[in-house]
Amino acid sequence: MTRNMICIGCPMGCELTVEVEDGKAVSVTGNTCGIGKKYAESEVSSPTRMVTTTIISDKGIPVPVKTRSAVPKDKIFDVVNSIKSAELKLPVKIGDIAVRNVCGTGTDVVVTKDTV
Amino acid sequence: MAEHISLAVIGGGPAGMAAAVSAYDSGITDVTIFERENELGGILNQCIHNGFGLHTFKEELTGPEYAGRYIDEVKRRNIRYETGSTVLSVSPDRQITVVSREKGMRIISADAIILSMGCRERPRGALNIPGMRPQGIYSAGTAQKLVNCEGCVIGKEVVILGSGDIGLIMARRMTLEGAHVKAVAELMPYSGGLKRNIVQCLDDYGIPLLLSHTVVDIKGKRRLEGVTVAEVDQSGTPIPGTEEYYECDTLLLSCGLIPENELSLSAGVKINGATNGPVVDDRLETSTDGIFACGNVLHVHDLVDFVSEESSRAGKNAADFIRSCGKTKNEPVIVRVTAGNGVRYTVPNTIDAANASGDIHLRFRVRNVYKGCTIKLISGGSVIYSKKKKIVVPGEMEDIIIKPEMLSSVSGELVAEIEEGAV
Repeated sequence: MTRNMICIGCPMGCELTVEVEDGKAVSVTGNTCGIGKKYAESEVSSPTRMVTTTIISDKGIPVPVKTRSAVPKDKIFDVVNSIKSAELKLPVKIGDIAVRNVCGTGTDVVVTKDTV
Repeated sequence: MAEHISLAVIGGGPAGMAAAVSAYDSGITDVTIFERENELGGILNQCIHNGFGLHTFKEELTGPEYAGRYIDEVKRRNIRYETGSTVLSVSPDRQITVVSREKGMRIISADAIILSMGCRERPRGALNIPGMRPQGIYSAGTAQKLVNCEGCVIGKEVVILGSGDIGLIMARRMTLEGAHVKAVAELMPYSGGLKRNIVQCLDDYGIPLLLSHTVVDIKGKRRLEGVTVAEVDQSGTPIPGTEEYYECDTLLLSCGLIPENELSLSAGVKINGATNGPVVDDRLETSTDGIFACGNVLHVHDLVDFVSEESSRAGKNAADFIRSCGKTKNEPVIVRVTAGNGVRYTVPNTIDAANASGDIHLRFRVRNVYKGCTIKLISGGSVIYSKKKKIVVPGEMEDIIIKPEMLSSVSGELVAEIEEGAV
């Protein structure tokens, strides 16, 4: 089976053609770099996405956060809801861990803005 | 007696910070950044999504993280910055009027000025959408600020007009915040946003993108109740009989950005009708001596990385201007850069062929989607640059690097154009 997709690895948005056999990518063409190949391979077997959102801190100020790495696509809403219910005490610095191992994904959620 | 500084940078977003850091590193340390918000970072602070910095830092950062990197650079150099300070006007002789709560109103003269005020969104009033004027209609960036920086819930049932990147990003953001985004309508037959954003902000969440569609009616007395969306023909005129009503409490407008040049006009800076930004030369100097422009105030960029890169050049050039008291080494040989077939605009508008020392970036946008085409730079009938492209789209800025030696055969005029169908 052939799947066409657009790489989301960077703003170039390469148009990829992926040959899929048994749910696995056997060949990837159209990519400019290694990110495209990796993206296509992951996209056909187990797609993942970075999640960014905010946590309302103890002082009522929203603090932007992100997952340190991409999480399974089908867990995005669980991850967002889990982050939303987390508590965060100010001040925080970029890189501070807000939620450990969010939803058992093995990925921490970290603060992306120094906030006082 | 007016205060005096070497370099005034107006705006503390990515453009202003990169320009200030670069000017400082080029030896001009008497620099002040004037920022009207209460913190540096500009619009990056509300862009909490990732995707910034792949070119600059070789890693993917969120907006606040990208801003944070430059804020650190500004602080490390002890570059002065005044937040909560609004510049009210800039005069052609490089005096700025600035007002702040702490210091009141001041007039400051500068040896050089960098315009880095960014851009603003095209509002409803500029879109000629018929219908009523209820609450619940926001420009996408305003909604982004309310949601991400103020923690507001702005609506539950959403329609988005315009498929610019902010609109796409907000489609995902509103979805993650529990809202239902019913559709994104785009007047043009193609999206104005990056392809990756269509994939990860719309396709991932099953949000339909209606190309060649627009909002033809808005209903609701106090709060928005719904919008009517219709298909448009090739001239952008709604086609009768294609109307569809969407019940919704929120309409987001992502219909383009306009460089914010009120201050540039007060300084007598000439504006390019195609970009709504200043006319500049290859040093990014405007038509007013010693006033430089960079970032989204100059022309709207797709990527902040390109803003930072451009602004670093503006900062260095402003530093050179201050050091040389505005004198060039050689007698200038001005080449006009013009937009030819398929090209909407170019930045810069002129190149001084006799004084070009380093690489010149020629940036432009195309008028339409062209598949299998060639980008050409032509001067006096001869092609000085040519590159084949599989596809070029208006939503993605092109960037050609002109080496100084390429200018030896150039005189009078340099035309950037698209040759169609030459695969």
